[in-house]
Amino acid sequence: MTNSPNGHRVPLTPARLGVWLFLAVATMIFAALLSAYIVRMGSSDWHSLPKPGLLWVNTAILLFSSAALQWATIAERQGAHRNAQIGFVAGAVLSALFLLGQIWAWVVLHKLGYFLNTNPSSSFFYLLTAVHGVHLLGGLIVAAWTVRTTERLQLFVIYWHFLTVVWVMLFGLIVLT
Amino acid sequence: MSEKTHREHGGFWSRYIFSQDHKVIAVQYTITALLIGLFGLVLSWLLRLQLGFPGSFQFVNPGSYYQMLTQHGMIMIVYLLTAILLGGFGNYLIPLMIGARDMAFPFLNMLSYWVYLLSVIVLMAAFLVPGGPTGAGWTLYPPLSALPNAAPGSGWGIKLMLVSLVIFIAAATMGGLNYVTTVLQCRTKGMTLMRMPLSVWGIFIASVMALFAFPALFVGGVMLLFDNLLGTSFFIPAVTLLGQQLPREGGNPLLFQHLFWYFGHPEVYIVILPAMGIASDLISTHSRKPIFGYNAMVIAMAAIAFIGFIVWAHHMFVSGMNPYFGFFFAVSTLIIAIPSAVKVYNWLLTLWRGNIRLNVPMLFGIGWISTFIIGGLTGLPLGNVIADVPLHDTYFVVGHFHLVMGVAALMAIFGGIYHWFPKVTGRMFHETLGKLHFWVTFVGAYAIFFPMFLMGILGVPRRYFDFNVLQYLPPQTSALNIAITVAALTVGAAQLIFLGNLIWSALKGKRAEANPWGATTLEWQTPTTPPPHDNWGAEIPTVYRWAYDYSVPGAERDFIPQNVPQASLDVHLRQPAAGEGVRSRREPGANLGGDKI
Amino acid sequence: MQAALTSVVLVVIVLGALILAASGIWWFTPLASNWNEIDGALLLTLAVIGLAFVVLNIVLAYLVLRYRYREQSRAHFLPDNPKLEKILIGITALGIVILLAPGLLAYSRFISPPRDALTIEVLGEQWRWSYRYPGPDGKLGRANPKLISPKNPFGVDLTDPAALDDILSYTELHLPVGRPVVLHIRSKDVIHSFFIPSFRAKMDAVPGMVTHYWFIPTVMGRFQAVCAELCGIGHHRMQSPVLVERVEDFQQWLAKQPTVAATVKP
Repeated sequence: MTNSPNGHRVPLTPARLGVWLFLAVATMIFAALLSAYIVRMGSSDWHSLPKPGLLWVNTAILLFSSAALQWATIAERQGAHRNAQIGFVAGAVLSALFLLGQIWAWVVLHKLGYFLNTNPSSSFFYLLTAVHGVHLLGGLIVAAWTVRTTERLQLFVIYWHFLTVVWVMLFGLIVLT
Repeated sequence: MSEKTHREHGGFWSRYIFSQDHKVIAVQYTITALLIGLFGLVLSWLLRLQLGFPGSFQFVNPGSYYQMLTQHGMIMIVYLLTAILLGGFGNYLIPLMIGARDMAFPFLNMLSYWVYLLSVIVLMAAFLVPGGPTGAGWTLYPPLSALPNAAPGSGWGIKLMLVSLVIFIAAATMGGLNYVTTVLQCRTKGMTLMRMPLSVWGIFIASVMALFAFPALFVGGVMLLFDNLLGTSFFIPAVTLLGQQLPREGGNPLLFQHLFWYFGHPEVYIVILPAMGIASDLISTHSRKPIFGYNAMVIAMAAIAFIGFIVWAHHMFVSGMNPYFGFFFAVSTLIIAIPSAVKVYNWLLTLWRGNIRLNVPMLFGIGWISTFIIGGLTGLPLGNVIADVPLHDTYFVVGHFHLVMGVAALMAIFGGIYHWFPKVTGRMFHETLGKLHFWVTFVGAYAIFFPMFLMGILGVPRRYFDFNVLQYLPPQTSALNIAITVAALTVGAAQLIFLGNLIWSALKGKRAEANPWGATTLEWQTPTTPPPHDNWGAEIPTVYRWAYDYSVPGAERDFIPQNVPQASLDVHLRQPAAGEGVRSRREPGANLGGDKI
Repeated sequence: MQAALTSVVLVVIVLGALILAASGIWWFTPLASNWNEIDGALLLTLAVIGLAFVVLNIVLAYLVLRYRYREQSRAHFLPDNPKLEKILIGITALGIVILLAPGLLAYSRFISPPRDALTIEVLGEQWRWSYRYPGPDGKLGRANPKLISPKNPFGVDLTDPAALDDILSYTELHLPVGRPVVLHIRSKDVIHSFFIPSFRAKMDAVPGMVTHYWFIPTVMGRFQAVCAELCGIGHHRMQSPVLVERVEDFQQWLAKQPTVAATVKP
């Protein structure tokens, strides 16, 4: 429970509710993409895509970035600001590394001859990674601009965990099909 | 924040242009939406001129006809109706009606408007690029929309359309997050959810729907853009266009339709729920009577929103989807008629034994009831799957959706603009011009759209540049088309009267009182009119009662504002011997300043 | 004054609408297929909503007049009436069931073509309809959109033995009277919709898939098929004659049309 701007008790702060609502919107976006993926997969022209080993590395990096950020929030809550800063910077660097890794994965696929319009599986790969990447990038930009308080750091980390979970699901779908 | 700190920020630019004041943003949204709506109206004149007087206007050829048709539809549904109801009314009414100083996220709110404006500019840019705007129909069905040279505007036009939609979705999402958060978190003391005016309920539920519906359009739009721009085959199967085999295969055109209508049908309710809420408040206030069945009204809106997400494929009964889906979607669609009917009954029961003031806002309220009745009822044959088979994509559909989400929604919007105009500008509008606007619009709308039902029953398909090839038309049809065109031009001219009235009255109108309608809701109880930047001055109001205490037995006046405590009423009792004093409706819990959320 | 005007206008609108509808100038084309069930379901729906339209608007007109503003009078404080609300919901629900039940029964027949129906393929393209009939073997050959070429406009798979005897018509749809027909509808390019108003049936023609509907032509004569889905700048010109004739006349006409084998030969 916390105080609303008008001084009565509400279960969430406006910012926290706003972030959760945005997560609902983003969930709808990825749910729509996934259902389109599953419908389109049923078509006879679908060919499975080669999965560069790099994707496993990228997934690990993203998981580590989430972990680093989580560590940062815990440190912040315990008042260890120095550790929190280290965690936050590590998380940001790992995230940037993930994005670079994703772009590298595109290059690898391109070299293998899998372009955007080669097959629906490659089209979807580029589309899904792009939409996910844009969410990451947007999150980083907004965070660089707004994360000034402990609460906002926590909210940013919630968003980050969400994107990590989404990626793991997307990655699972890509690997399995 | 006090009024003083707001004033200190005060330069012209930050006060009127890059303002974070929800009231200024609301006016910006409304003016932009009305201007783009005026453009959409002019497009409809050109369409009607062609249909009434085929071939008389050189610049309307089949290509430009279908382009104008497409742009008219998209502009009216998305850039006018959605924007004005959520961005305009939502922004103005939510904080004032729930007793907040501003939206939860004022900066995001400002950003929402500017992003919306950008989407409008991108949309309009399509008229200037080579090939012009897209002519693939507002539903943008691929392959027509996606393939080069399949439809007019298949080059730049469709790309700009899709980019504009994606930008609009970003703006609508920023707005929606704000509206929902503000309603849930920023209500003043005593303003429980079940004391909120129905306008706020309608806008709130529509905002939740927008947050869950627009993502589907976003995904469909981005995938369509990929198909158009980058040669992918999400929605494109193997096709032979203009004698050429295209290097595409396997895509599924119906996949787009599902994504589109998963957004598109909730979109209808995103428009109609705020209109329902506004109309409810107009009808209650000007009948001087509580809205009948407030709880039922709220539940009906929530039910419409919920069921509204599982009816989308009734737009696809003859699309070639699995025909067995027809059973499910026909049933869900007709079930949604029940909460809609409840709303109509309750509006009529609100009028019953009222004391009805037929001023301009109320006339539009009456117009809303009548046009919503015919627009809503004509949805039943379209939802009853077998009856839809002959009617689908005929003029019956054109009449139906124009009356229900065009005319009816506009009745609520016009009524709302007239109703809140004194609060927004501090001046009264011109009454006679307002009445003229109403009568021409209301009667004209029937003259335009009712005959379309009959043409649809006859089997005249929609989206026809002319009807020359149809051999089953009776000879009187061309006279009918002329009559419809004349009515359309007349109704269009009445909208110019409306815009003129707005501008003239905002500058020269008679000074308005703080609460000219004797309304109960909080926005009429502000310290000044128009309200100051922070809405309430030194102290935000406390709410002691629901929004509909009109003609309460025993009370001195025929309305009790929401911020009047019970104690102060009991002092002024007309009939002190009345036993329990001034009783409001049966409210769970105490009547006094409860603070339960 | 204002109230009287409003009531009168509402009543005039209702009367005007009824008169225009009753004039019968724009009403169903005479039914020429077995689908009187569709007409029945639609007419029932129109009757119910027509009644509701008249009653609700007249009630509205009455209320506006009866409860017009009077300086000395006061509205009756009536926040709700749960019993009345339940009754109204019950009546509405009953009305919905009455509309839906016959409609769904008719729909279930509409989507179940009889086994002995004559199969005819309809092919839409910008902006015309063409048709393929099975040859003496009674079967349509397989088709594949990838095989479409100027010589093979239907993309018929020539390796399918059932294909070569198929019969093509590029202009008109001829139908034998009294025999069930199931249409297999395809499109070459964009989405079209094959609509024969006199038969009450329509279905989209979607590239990449085959859609269906069936009917029995019951009246001999000349009808029209039109396109009911926006398909580009020629949409309003996309139509085709539909001729329903005696079985012998139909057979005679069919014998004169080219076969696939004759079309693809150099």
